Parts: sequence; C-alpha cells; structure tokens
Amino acid sequence: MTAALEVKGLTTRFDTRGGAVTAVNDVSFTVEKGRILGLVGESGSGKSVTGFSIMGLIDAPGEVRAGQVLVDGSDLRGLSDEDMRKMRGSKVAMVFQDPMMTLNPVLRVGDQMAMAVRVHRKMSKNAALEEARKALETVGIPSPAERLKAYPHQLSGGMRQRVAIAMALLHSPSVIIADEATTALDVSIQGQILAEVRELADNTGAAIVWITHDLAVVSSLADDICVMYAGRIVERGTAAQVIGQPRHPYTKGLLESIPALHEPGTPLPQIPGSTPQLSRLPQGCPFRPRCPRATEICAKTPPEDTVDGQTVLCHHPLERS
Amino acid sequence: MTDPILRIENVSKRFTRMPGLAERLVGKVTGGGKPVVVHALSDVSLNVAPGEVVGIVGESGCGKSTLGRVVTGIYAPSDGRVTLHGKPIARERGGNIDKLTTQVQMIHQDPFASLNPRMKVGETLAEGPRHHCIIPAGEVRARMRELLEKVGLEGAYADRLPHQFSGGQRQRVAIARALAMEPDLLVLDEAVASLDVSIQAQVLNLFMDLRRDLGLTALFISHDLSVVRHVCDRVAIMYLGRLVELAPADQLYAEPKHPYTSALFASVPTVGTGRRVFEAIKGEIPSPINPPSGCAFHPRCPLAGPRCRVEVPRLTDAGPARTVACHLNDGGVGLQDAAA
Repeated sequence: MTAALEVKGLTTRFDTRGGAVTAVNDVSFTVEKGRILGLVGESGSGKSVTGFSIMGLIDAPGEVRAGQVLVDGSDLRGLSDEDMRKMRGSKVAMVFQDPMMTLNPVLRVGDQMAMAVRVHRKMSKNAALEEARKALETVGIPSPAERLKAYPHQLSGGMRQRVAIAMALLHSPSVIIADEATTALDVSIQGQILAEVRELADNTGAAIVWITHDLAVVSSLADDICVMYAGRIVERGTAAQVIGQPRHPYTKGLLESIPALHEPGTPLPQIPGSTPQLSRLPQGCPFRPRCPRATEICAKTPPEDTVDGQTVLCHHPLERS
Repeated sequence: MTDPILRIENVSKRFTRMPGLAERLVGKVTGGGKPVVVHALSDVSLNVAPGEVVGIVGESGCGKSTLGRVVTGIYAPSDGRVTLHGKPIARERGGNIDKLTTQVQMIHQDPFASLNPRMKVGETLAEGPRHHCIIPAGEVRARMRELLEKVGLEGAYADRLPHQFSGGQRQRVAIARALAMEPDLLVLDEAVASLDVSIQAQVLNLFMDLRRDLGLTALFISHDLSVVRHVCDRVAIMYLGRLVELAPADQLYAEPKHPYTSALFASVPTVGTGRRVFEAIKGEIPSPINPPSGCAFHPRCPLAGPRCRVEVPRLTDAGPARTVACHLNDGGVGLQDAAA
C-alpha cells in the first residue's frame, strides 16, 4: 500500500545576505493513512519550513533544493504552479497557528467556505454551503447552519480554529499539515480540539502532520514522532519509542527539562547553551556544543542515521535499557 | 504565621467603555447604547507571606494579568484595597507611586518587547537604581556587572544591545533589571511562556536559585500548570475574574476540590506513552462582559445544580490552609441547600 505522505530527502535553502542557510536538511519521513505524525522542535529547528516545503509554499529567497514529496505515490515537486494550486486544498491542506491569518475577516464563514469548495469542484453555491455545514459539524461546532452566517470576528478563538480545520477538511484531503494549530488556544479548548483531531484521523483516514514545540501534546496525540534540530530530523520512531525511550541526547534533554516529570522545587536538568544559528552551524554534529556525550568524532564528521528500533542521527546514541 | 507582605482585600476591577456618539444615537431608538462594563476582577482576596511564591493560574480572560497589574500599581482597583507592608499601594489615597516602583517589580512575558532596543543593557539595568538613588553613582557600573553575573550572563555584556542576545538571555536581563531595584515583591507575568523548552528550564532554575539566595517573594502568573507546580508554594486558580480555589501546591495537585480545577488538570496534555483520551471541558469560556449568573463556571460544570445558577459561591475553608469557592463545599448544589 502506498503511504498517504512520503517525504524523501527534502532540503530547503534560503539565500540570505549572511550566506546560504539550510533550514531543512535531508528530511525524510512517512505517514500512513489515518496516522498522526508529530513533528517536534524548538524555534528555528525547521519544523514549520518543512510544512511549508511540503505545501509548495516556499518563496524566494527560499527554495526547495532537493527531495521528493509523494502524496498517494505521486510527487508534488516538479508540478507547475497551476497544478500545485489544484493540489493545495484538495489533496494537501494546511492549518496555521493563527486562524485569523486563514480566514478573511470581511467575508461570512459560509461564503468563504463555499468559495473554497467551488474552487476545486463544480457545484451550486447552495450545495457548497451544505458541504461547508457538514464540515463544521464534523469539527464539533454547535448549530453549524447559523455559524455559516457569522463573520470571523463573531467567533471565539477556539471556534475560529475549528472553522480553519473544517476548511482544511472540505475536500477530504489525503494529507493535513497543522502548524502549531492549538498553541494559541487555552488548554481546555486545546483539549477539545486535540480529541477531535484524533477522531478525524481515525474516521476520515487523513494522514496528519502535527507540527508543534510541545512534547506533551504530541506524546498524547501522535502515533509517530520526528524530533528536529537545526534543520535535521535527529530522532524518528513511534511515540512510545521516542517518548518512552529516547535515544538521541537532544530528545532526552528536551524530555528531561519538562517540569512535570520532576519533584517540585528541584533543579531541572537543562540543556546548556542555546539553539545554534543556522548560518553558523558548527562542523560535524550540530548538537555537539551542547551535548554531554560528544567526543572527537562529533566535531569532525556529521553523524548518519542509525536504525535500531527508532532512527537516530547520532554517533553515540543512548543504549537501549 | 508571619505578617503577610502583600494583602489583596476584596479587590474588583471593572473596565468601562463609554458608547460612541453614533452608538448613543442608535441607542435612543433601540434602547441600547449603554456603557459596556468588563468585570476583569471580582472580589479577589489573597495574602502573600514573606519568602512565599504564589502561583496565579487560569485561562485567558480569567483576570490573572489584571491582578498582576493591580498589584504593581499599573491599574487602580475599582473596589477593595491592596496593601504592601500594611500601606496602601499606588493610585489610592495616601499611596506613593515612586516608593511603590522600588518595592514591586514586574517581569513580563516578552523580553523582545520589554527591553528598550536602543539602550545598552547596562543602561537599562542602571536606569531605575540611578533614578531612585538606590546605589551611589560611583558604584553603578560595578553593581550592573555583578547583577549580570548573578543571572548567569557575563559582566562584559553590559555594553551590548538587546538584539545581540537570544530570547533566554533577554529574559535573564529582564530578571536582572527587576532585581536591580531590590524589590520586596516580584510579579512574573507569563515570564517563561515565550521561551523554548530547553531555555525555559534554564530560566526556571535561575529563578529557583535566586529565590533561595535572595529569599524572593513573588506572584507567579502563568497558564502552565506544570511550571507553576514546580516553582510555587501555593496556587490560586482563577476563573472569569474570580478566585475559585487556593491551596498549597502539593495538596492542590494531589486533590483538586473545585470542579474547574479538576477539569483543567484533566485537559492538560502530559508527557507519557500511549494514546490518551482528552477529557475536555465542554463549552467555551464565557465573556467577562456578560458573565453567567450565580457560579460563573456552572454552564460548563458537570456537577452543577439549580443553586449554582442563582447564587455566587463564597470562598469557604476546605481543609487547613486551603479554600474553595464551590457550593459542593458549602452545603450542596440544590436550591434547598441554599437555605440551610
């Protein structure tokens, strides 16, 4: 069976005044139908650029330099702008952090949703509105028919994000990419939406890439997890593997610095230093200056993927206990 | 028990927006056009003892930031009073804003916005102490270096501008600036919320070290339950402008008594393996312009009864050193319970 989404060797580079910056470096992963992949990383790790690269939304001075993005087996890269536009929204859809960036503030929810339906499918406006109503229902919006007549400013933040998710669902896309989609929401609303996203994946069979900085969110939501650092995936495996037994020192450091896992008041284990600037990456392994396990080889040779249960990009992965 | 440093007594804060001319004209016909009142804080009372760190937790619109601003004297309370060392704080009769700013210092969420981008950080740090003559002019530079070292930066960084620092470093500078005034009380408003996880741990460790060394007293405002648990002695849970539960951190997390607190804990994703079912709180956070009658949480509460719709619950004792505002802890939720 072909996977819903297969990313192979994706590399995205930005040519800036300060030199070329490789924001996404040889990234590969697979998401099967109905699965949720959590893409985790700190700011500047390249997780959002990965999402944008898949969607074909990288503008100059950025450019996707290499790799394949296979959706249901066919490569999105190399499509003309026109063909790519046909794919966006129908085969691959994206949900952003701020729903007000997605929604047009001067159009009624129903009108803009109907527009999104009719871009890809020939149907009457009333039929399109009916599609929109169904989509709103799927994401748990109460009295969806009335919400169609509302303007975005009349909805709460949680409702707006639900509308944005509903718009992504309109054409039953094979792949949905959500970039920090619940980060701006309150925990009680985030809880509601995460529960709905899980159901969506199970019921519609969409493959979901959930991009976030929040390990707690992915550990309870995702089936598989990729951890990114300085543009590369440093660890990849099932949620149970990555959270239960992290093998990369960075993943372990991230997990250990979460306060909830420690006795209150005790010093938190911390990763020293700060995330490196992509334009000035150290030679060898980019994590080396902050890594407690680093040796000479880490300073010279970039590590390669080691597969042992999960995939780890490290010269000295942590042993399995 | 020692006398509290900070006493917040029955504080309410309302923000009123007067209708514009057009709205008033339309109002003449439709009967609208009345002032819009937002009840940001309603009848909040809280004491903070010397050396204590109290967490203020809640979702957006619960009034936690407004409370921080009332305590720092940025807003004057509409009702009630706030006293520091027994004296009313600024903007009240007899208050002294100049004195207050030396006693209460605030650390904000976004260190990119809270530091002047055109001022060397040494200057930023020195401005307050210099204005208030806290340290002799000749010692300012040495003291600034000392402060920077105290928050884990190099003394030589005093000549740098904010843009030369990372987010975590800037937040250290913001902490140093607050400490430069040698305040009696710190108010941290989402001080680690904008930092990456690995950096957040560094700043939390710094805060705990400083607290131990300097005996800091602080209000720690945050939406992050696990961070609050880690650094706070007591935790106050707020909902729609009211304090709904107050308890020592260990007790609150072991056994939340207010249905909202329990629901909040249940909806927070935790790090763990295996799929989890999210027990989400139903419904939305109501608007503070038109808060629900009775208990503000009743439309979302799984345990609500008829009494909750009509009567605002008072804070009542729920064991030693803890209080909760819920009818379940005060007779029951039935209407007949109200009379009893």
